Amino acid sequence: MSTSTLKTLKAILSERIMLLDGAMGTMIQRYTLEEADFRGDRFQQHTSPLKGDNDLLAITRPDIIQAIHEEYFSVGSDFATTNSFNATTIAQADYAMEAHVYDINYHAAQCARRAADKWTAKTRNQPRFVIGALGPTNRTASLSPDVNDPGKRLVTFDELRGAYLQAANALLEGGADILMIETVFDTLNAKAGLYAMAEVREKWGNVPVMVSGTITDASGRTLSGQTVEAFWISMMHGDLLSVGLNCALGANEMLAYIKRLDQISTSFVSAHPNAGLPNEFGEYDESPEQMASQIEWFVKGGHINILGGCCGTTPDHIAALKALADNYAPRTIRHCT
Amino acid sequence: MNQVMPDMVLSGLEPLRVNKTTGFVNVGERANVTGSRKFARLIQEENYDEAIEIARIQVEDGAQILDINMDDAMLDGVKAMRRYLNLLAAEPDICRVPFMIDSSKFDIIEAGLQCVQGKAIVNSISLKEGKEEFIHYAGKVKRYGAAVVVMAFDEKGQADTYQRRIDICKASYDILVNEVGFPAEDIVFDPNIFPIATGISDHDNYAVDFFAATRWIKENLPGAKVSGGLSNVSFSFRGNNTIREAMHSIFLYHAIKQGMDMAIVNAGMLTVYDDIPKDLLEVVEDVVLNRREDAGERLVDFAEQVKGQSARIKESDKLKWRENSLQERITHSLVKGITEFIEKDVEEARQQADKPLHVIEGPLMVGMNVVGDLFGAGKMFLPQVVKSARVMKKAVAYLLPYIEEEKKRSGDESQNNGTIVIATVKGDVHDIGKNIVGVVLSCNNYEVIDLGVMVPPEKILDVAIEHNADIIGLSGLITPSLDEMVTVAKMMEERGMNMPLLIGGATTSKVHTAVKIEPKYSGVTNHVLDASKSVPVVSGLLGESKDTFISSIKEDNEQVRLKNANRTAKKAFSNLEKARANPAFIDWDSYQVAVPSVLGQHIFLDCPLTEIVERFDWTPFFKTWELHGKYPDILTDSVVGEEASKLFADARHKLQEIIDNNLLHCHAVIGLYPANGINNDQTELYKDENRDQVIATLNHLRQQVERPAERPYRSLADFVAPKNSGVKDYIGGFAVACFGAKKLAKQYEAKLDDYNAIMIKAIADRFAEALAELMHEKVRKQYWGYGKDEQLNNEALIKEAYQGIRPAPGYPACPEHSEKATLWKLLDVENAIGSQLTDNFAMYPEAAVSGWYFAHPEARYFGLGKIDKDQVLNYAKRKDWDLETAERWLRPVLGY
Repeated sequence: MSTSTLKTLKAILSERIMLLDGAMGTMIQRYTLEEADFRGDRFQQHTSPLKGDNDLLAITRPDIIQAIHEEYFSVGSDFATTNSFNATTIAQADYAMEAHVYDINYHAAQCARRAADKWTAKTRNQPRFVIGALGPTNRTASLSPDVNDPGKRLVTFDELRGAYLQAANALLEGGADILMIETVFDTLNAKAGLYAMAEVREKWGNVPVMVSGTITDASGRTLSGQTVEAFWISMMHGDLLSVGLNCALGANEMLAYIKRLDQISTSFVSAHPNAGLPNEFGEYDESPEQMASQIEWFVKGGHINILGGCCGTTPDHIAALKALADNYAPRTIRHCT
Repeated sequence: MNQVMPDMVLSGLEPLRVNKTTGFVNVGERANVTGSRKFARLIQEENYDEAIEIARIQVEDGAQILDINMDDAMLDGVKAMRRYLNLLAAEPDICRVPFMIDSSKFDIIEAGLQCVQGKAIVNSISLKEGKEEFIHYAGKVKRYGAAVVVMAFDEKGQADTYQRRIDICKASYDILVNEVGFPAEDIVFDPNIFPIATGISDHDNYAVDFFAATRWIKENLPGAKVSGGLSNVSFSFRGNNTIREAMHSIFLYHAIKQGMDMAIVNAGMLTVYDDIPKDLLEVVEDVVLNRREDAGERLVDFAEQVKGQSARIKESDKLKWRENSLQERITHSLVKGITEFIEKDVEEARQQADKPLHVIEGPLMVGMNVVGDLFGAGKMFLPQVVKSARVMKKAVAYLLPYIEEEKKRSGDESQNNGTIVIATVKGDVHDIGKNIVGVVLSCNNYEVIDLGVMVPPEKILDVAIEHNADIIGLSGLITPSLDEMVTVAKMMEERGMNMPLLIGGATTSKVHTAVKIEPKYSGVTNHVLDASKSVPVVSGLLGESKDTFISSIKEDNEQVRLKNANRTAKKAFSNLEKARANPAFIDWDSYQVAVPSVLGQHIFLDCPLTEIVERFDWTPFFKTWELHGKYPDILTDSVVGEEASKLFADARHKLQEIIDNNLLHCHAVIGLYPANGINNDQTELYKDENRDQVIATLNHLRQQVERPAERPYRSLADFVAPKNSGVKDYIGGFAVACFGAKKLAKQYEAKLDDYNAIMIKAIADRFAEALAELMHEKVRKQYWGYGKDEQLNNEALIKEAYQGIRPAPGYPACPEHSEKATLWKLLDVENAIGSQLTDNFAMYPEAAVSGWYFAHPEARYFGLGKIDKDQVLNYAKRKDWDLETAERWLRPVLGY
């Protein structure tokens, strides 16, 4: 299955810019869900509060999650990114939901799969794909939580590798076509992820893998301190479908770093920035038009293969990006020396 | 098609590319428990703080990769490797370079690989345990995403001949590339460097074989690299550093010629090949190249003669001052800006002193007084003083806990020479000069409370009162700040304060201070020209004969006021009507307007730093550091040349670091618009060529001080064709800014390193200015295109030998700052590049330049001079202001 998916993807990517979806959290907020929605029938007896555990909704409100995926497909997204950002044992520990991580991932993939199959049937010339999202977890493998002991770590490489492996298997079981290690703020976490991906491929064949890092601010570095180039070098053994950046920055701020990736990456390049920087209320309020006018620099320069949105972006944003993407040629992969 | 082999790339926090351009790569050898007894002891004792310093020193000495080895029978190698790497991960200065994880045990290697976020090198794997194990390990290394060193070693043992070396390397290479799928460019061979001149004739050809094997690998195994452990070669000469260093340099010289890419070396212990004395070179080269049978014996004889000579003498010469008395050592460290020994010396002083505070008041102040005297006598310069301050801060930081403890015990308050509150006033963001003053004062034992930039007057006064400050110092660079200073003086008077008020900064002056500020405040107010004057002024104000000092200041100011009153009284103005009737004459009929090739706004993000650097004007950089003279002559100046050269070297070094790591970000926005002059000294900008939709109106001012009959009354308005001339003219605007300096400076400040904090800001300023120059050139040659044929070198550019000008609101021709808001709106500067304006129209970040482009060949810079009330009233009407507002913004040019 996967080898042909990879071939199909490479063929489309060499022809046009492909579109990711936008934010999931922003869309879920529109439904103003309550504790009861998150619990559903299955988790009525769960002892800790579950409101806010968005990933859980794949099990308890699959209707909503599928509807959101479909909204993005309806404006032209090629990919649905599964609602599984926090669905690792490490991140779900906050809700005492570690035991259900496999199910959450499986159902998250199922929601996206159903939406994708429906739209692929509708638009035969535009097949839709499911990206299984692997979030960064909320622990860092190369940073200490304790200023007095810089050598301390809350998580080990092997723990991270195991968590990624479990989530990835469930996502693939649930029907994901692609896996994406995203919002990488600590490269060592992502390296544990890539190690798990190698193990996944032993079982599933050549699954396409995407990696998307996060440059935290104008310093141009990841949270763990790497420059964009150093980050790419740390990831280049992963045989990646694409490398890119997402979150933390708006398109304007991200452009310089995407250009850098464009110059050095031997994989396809992706970008899904936020809808600007948060305003004083912590909200992202850049309009689709504003975002598109900035993204135009990405596509005009031929810097990009895969576009989408992160925090604060909506189907309207993706529609605006889709309109742009259709007017420009994709980046061609350079053979860097 | 012949496939191009990619470079080997590695990373720590930053990338390292190994290719022909990078050249030979140094791998630091000292964080190795088998090679360094000191490091082994530190790890054994779990003294990780010092063990980290060993890594740091190597990176500072130029190691581009760090080798780390924890192979010791007495150690838990896995645990030690993990602990050390996790600690290094918290040291950005160190972990910016890639690591070489060095062990003969694969579980230690794997533990290491699990702790590094960058792409590391594994050192090493080999065919020693057979092919199966080799493939297993190589596969794991590949999966972790590391490069690998392969030893020339197989089941029969270590390769020690040319043939064995190349056979094993070839076999290893084929397995790695064809069976494991290992990237060829990530394979590094170590063909074994063995000791030579051991007295055993079998060993004589070891180096020669190594060179030949190196050459063979580079020619026959595409992509593969060659490395080795250098210090092995001189193993027989342990204890004789002169010989060892020479052997290392000579061996490397020949190995690199054969294609060796990297070696594990002691980065601080390499002599330059060309510096090796002729006789030594010959005997060592004989051994390395195995040129004669008795080469080994001859070297041993030679070694006996030089034993412990030159190299050691050189070393001890450098450190001879360490044998002096404690006070002399402390003074030496302070004067020379050496941080290395200060804590040790201060500790020694502390043990001798009754109270820790006495160390500051005694030996450290004695040393700083020497610095102060030399500075005052012009024998030391500002960059050196800032380095001295760095040492002083380190010393004080070391003593602080002891002082606190002592305070708790005795309840004593510490004594300093006085407390000074300094701030850049509201609406202004410039702080290089203020920071320098802060450093200079604090190293003269004044307690300096620095409130930073854009500080509201209330806060300055509140803090001064709360801390019972002895003096307040205000700084500012833009002209509206002058008014803010007047406000502060007024408020001090209202609150009945009486502490001296000091005024400094580029636009401030003795005249303004005496005429505008001092009359508002009954305490003493004094203008301070630069940082070097701050200490004598402050010590005068707080010293024993302060009364005489204060009355001399007051007298001085009175004189200035008198003189100024005489001068202004003499000034005569033409009325505005007459001035406007006599503009700069420009013959518009014969003027060929250049039509811009593109109109509207253009944004340039992350302009390449290397391109900007070519346009640097270094002269103002030296001025920031109070070194006066023109670049490049200043470097050879008989007085400041030496210090200027050192400063310049540091600046170039920092600049390279900035460029290599992309630490600063320079953005620009420009815009070109159809424009025509209208009445009232205004320029209208139009949306498009239809010229019917006005998108901005610029308000200019006109010279008004009476001039001889034939001389024009200039205004920038004159340089754009009037609407009624029928000429379709244009105008441009620009804003450039350099981002990132503040954050870097903060990091340095946190490390008590003001020298580099100031350096980074001074460099950011240069970037902004140079980018303005560069953009102007692009506009002339390309976007507006009226100077397509211009051929000017950087010197000519600095002299502005081109057509057209780019004055900025706030400059002498157009001193009214609020016009910047028009520029910001027109170009949407804030959204385009992120640069902002403060309430008083200072640009943020402070390294920024903006202005208007005028293209006419007659356009020139001029000074507006003073203007009369009729023009101020007219201007107020144009801007829709009341008179008071207009007078506030025009205060520096009011002539009545």
